[in-house]
Amino acid sequence: MIDLNLILPEIFISLALMFLLIVGVFKKNSSSLIYNLTILSLFVLLALVLNLSHIEEAFIFNQSYKIDNLSNFMKILTLISAIFVMLTSSKYLKLTKIFKIEYPVLILSSILGMMVMISSNDLIVFYMGLELQSLALYVLASFNRDNLLSTESGLKYFVLSALSSGLLLYGCSLIYGFSGSTNFNEIEISISNVQYGLTFGIVFILVGLAFKISAVPFHMWAPDVYQGSPTSVTIFFAILPKIAALTVFIRFLYVPFINMMDQWQMIIIFLSIASMIFGAIAAIGQKNLKRLVAYSSISHMGYALAGLTTGTNEGIQSSIIYLSIYLVMNLALFSCIFMLRRNENYFENIDDLSGLSKNHPILSFSMLIILFSLAGIPPLAGFFAKFYIFKAVIEQSMYFLAIVGLLSTVIAAFYYLRIIKIIYFDPEKEKYDKDHPIGLKLSLLLSTTFILIYFIYPNAINNLVSKINII
Amino acid sequence: MNIPILSSLILLPTVGAFFIFFSKSNNKKYQSSKYVALFISLANFLLSLYLWFIFDNTVSDFQFVENRKWIAGFVNYKVGVDGISILFIILTTFITPLCIISVNSTIENRLKDFLVAILLMETLMIGVFCSLDLLVFYLFFEGGLIPMFLIIGIWGGERRVYSAFKFFLYTLLGSVLMLIAIISIYWITGTTDVEKLYEIGIDIKYQNLLWLAFFTSFAVKTPMWPVHTWLPDAHVEAPTAGSVLLAAILLKMAGYGFIRFSLGLFPVASEYFIPLIYFLSLVAIIYTSLVALMQDDMKKLIAYSSVAHMGFVTLGIFTMTQQGIEGSIFQMISHGLVSAALFLSVGVIYDRMHTRLISQYGGIVSIMPKYAIVFMIFTLGAIGLPGTSGFIGEFLILMGTFKKNFLVAIIASLGVILAAAYMLWLYKRVIFGKLINDNLKKMVDLKKSEILILWSLAVPTILFGFYPEPLINTIEVSVSNLIEMYNLNVENYLVKNSQ
Repeated sequence: MIDLNLILPEIFISLALMFLLIVGVFKKNSSSLIYNLTILSLFVLLALVLNLSHIEEAFIFNQSYKIDNLSNFMKILTLISAIFVMLTSSKYLKLTKIFKIEYPVLILSSILGMMVMISSNDLIVFYMGLELQSLALYVLASFNRDNLLSTESGLKYFVLSALSSGLLLYGCSLIYGFSGSTNFNEIEISISNVQYGLTFGIVFILVGLAFKISAVPFHMWAPDVYQGSPTSVTIFFAILPKIAALTVFIRFLYVPFINMMDQWQMIIIFLSIASMIFGAIAAIGQKNLKRLVAYSSISHMGYALAGLTTGTNEGIQSSIIYLSIYLVMNLALFSCIFMLRRNENYFENIDDLSGLSKNHPILSFSMLIILFSLAGIPPLAGFFAKFYIFKAVIEQSMYFLAIVGLLSTVIAAFYYLRIIKIIYFDPEKEKYDKDHPIGLKLSLLLSTTFILIYFIYPNAINNLVSKINII
Repeated sequence: MNIPILSSLILLPTVGAFFIFFSKSNNKKYQSSKYVALFISLANFLLSLYLWFIFDNTVSDFQFVENRKWIAGFVNYKVGVDGISILFIILTTFITPLCIISVNSTIENRLKDFLVAILLMETLMIGVFCSLDLLVFYLFFEGGLIPMFLIIGIWGGERRVYSAFKFFLYTLLGSVLMLIAIISIYWITGTTDVEKLYEIGIDIKYQNLLWLAFFTSFAVKTPMWPVHTWLPDAHVEAPTAGSVLLAAILLKMAGYGFIRFSLGLFPVASEYFIPLIYFLSLVAIIYTSLVALMQDDMKKLIAYSSVAHMGFVTLGIFTMTQQGIEGSIFQMISHGLVSAALFLSVGVIYDRMHTRLISQYGGIVSIMPKYAIVFMIFTLGAIGLPGTSGFIGEFLILMGTFKKNFLVAIIASLGVILAAAYMLWLYKRVIFGKLINDNLKKMVDLKKSEILILWSLAVPTILFGFYPEPLINTIEVSVSNLIEMYNLNVENYLVKNSQ
């Protein structure tokens, strides 16, 4: 007998999104109602997932769907970030005239895809979740359809993503061919000796996954899509798909292919180093804040991947902590970007920040903290995120990775400092509006406070994450 | 009941900073926030004096130790002081109120933020000197970059952006290697607790690399030749209070780090690298003294003289003799007082004339006699004339060096002569001579607040010159214990090697 309680959240979200779609069709001018209902259903979902969070490990559907500490943690992370993303972006949507009923529904369906990805224990289920997530994201990227950049970014994302999905699918078929199963657990058992077919399969799948988290050299889409999409979608892009993709990374590498670590370790190390360095260097010349965030997130994903190269539980945990802190920092940064509004126009160039500190001391102080945290300067949360990663990496004596990583922090520090310079040292410009919705203020306040005081009690997150033992 | 006195010292300025940051900002309140900051920092100073008073200088153990759980199973928040660190803490709490008093009309914009930055800086600096855990140390050591970057960048001179970036990136680059070393130490020994590390020691085969990693960080911060170039830029562009903090305290972090970590944790490696340190110190002493001789900007001259003085400090530390190390600590304290005073003195005439070029001055003695007197005291202090604190430090260092290496000591002694040359020449060109520049006639002599600041620095400079006992007594036991431990380790290693 299948215990449907275990997938109650997924069932609920599917029903909710169909219901909301129907409401949207039959009730006129209901976009605001649907938006709020979506937030409400995210809260319900959070409660449902929390209700399952005591389960240490459980399988359903012929072991193709897995509920464990990792999936619960990541789902909670996804839902909390989604709630904050929704809270921050409502005003933006209204002012850019894309406040339509489809928007929250698409977000919900993409979250459903992510939840399936997070829990998947089977190549087919995993691919299904991935595609559901991506399809919703293609539409979201081009949601501002009258804007040239937005449509371009949507199309670009679609073409490249479809290519990577194709590669990924080819990898899946190779793995199925050489191991005789699509189930992660069965694949692990069936691998007795290294077969090159499997290695090829791993490589193809890693390419697809690297594309999703925009690791170098599969990062080309990220800057354009980040810049072109509406900011409310960019924040979504910068945060949520990374959670799901990193979870799949962890599961895929450490469940079926843990015994082939010598085969994939070098690939991950390369992805990690290339992302760290490239992200740091390419961000230096950027003028657009969203584009800069794209490059900075490339380099941050490099650090998160560095934790996965270690092959230890500690490394995985450090990656997860890194991801969590990264999410908070990005949420905070985007909340700041949403606040750059004057006369119903949003500003997103770095120059627009010039002299911000004179008229908006609190906002610029938050940005100061966020940027120093992104640069990894102690005692802010960003430092600890990097610290755990390097701690795990050095335990395995991978000094090269650690040194490259830390040196690229120094390079990255340069462009964060440049923004701080513009905010604090440059002459001031016109004032920005100060009437921000309460949700936006709240998310900025909470996330900045988190970054600032994380060091007082770092165990709060560490204890949660330390339950996640994959190996 | 036990009051966590060190944590109070660390936290008090932060609390003050919060208070000031969130107070309403209008012009009248600005003055009051200055008084709040002053009050907080003075209270901290008194607290640290009390700490010194109840400090027991007959034992070498760490005192007032606080040990709290922090990152589960990995790092504890551990602070404590011994004879070496307590002096630096008092130096910090002594200099900070002076900085706050010295803040005046030159920092007209955003005074509140400036005070916040200075108070945060005080927290971080005290934290550096009393942390007994490597990671906690690193946190405080690196955290100082943020307020200092802002102090230079917001309130600095024309090329402030360049200087702020240079300062930040140089120090960050130096420090990241130290972070790797700290994590490696954790994996090698299983702890980052300094006291425990002193006991168990670090395996000799790792020591050289770890030493180098720490050295990179401290060398940039000291600064040692050839990575000293950020210092003149930072000093020149920083506002007066920023220069004072930099020269008086930030540079001492590295010297302190050398004593506490390089000698304490890696004795064998330290012994091995002595020639390197001697060489770099000698270059610093001679070369930067010559460079200082040729400066036409007063602040730059003093900045280069700082590099030369820190050269003496590193030389003294690595003589591994009682005199050398005591001399180095003494020299650091004395340099903290004297260089702070020199920067403040330059600030005094800069506020009036808005130029730091030596050629613009001359003959000030006839208009500002009071100023000429205090400036004289500090000039002599920088030269190391007997009767000033500078003399005791340099004398002890040279004594220690003579014990170890005759040639090095002779070359280092040349530095003393060069110091006399550039400082006296500076004094002559600024204070004496004919009054050529007519604008100078408008200058007024020292105001009350300036007299207060400069004399409160001059008194200890002279006092410790004649009566160094209180300082020497405080550090003596800790230093001799350090050297004993050091020699024991090195001998053990040599014995092992010969077998």
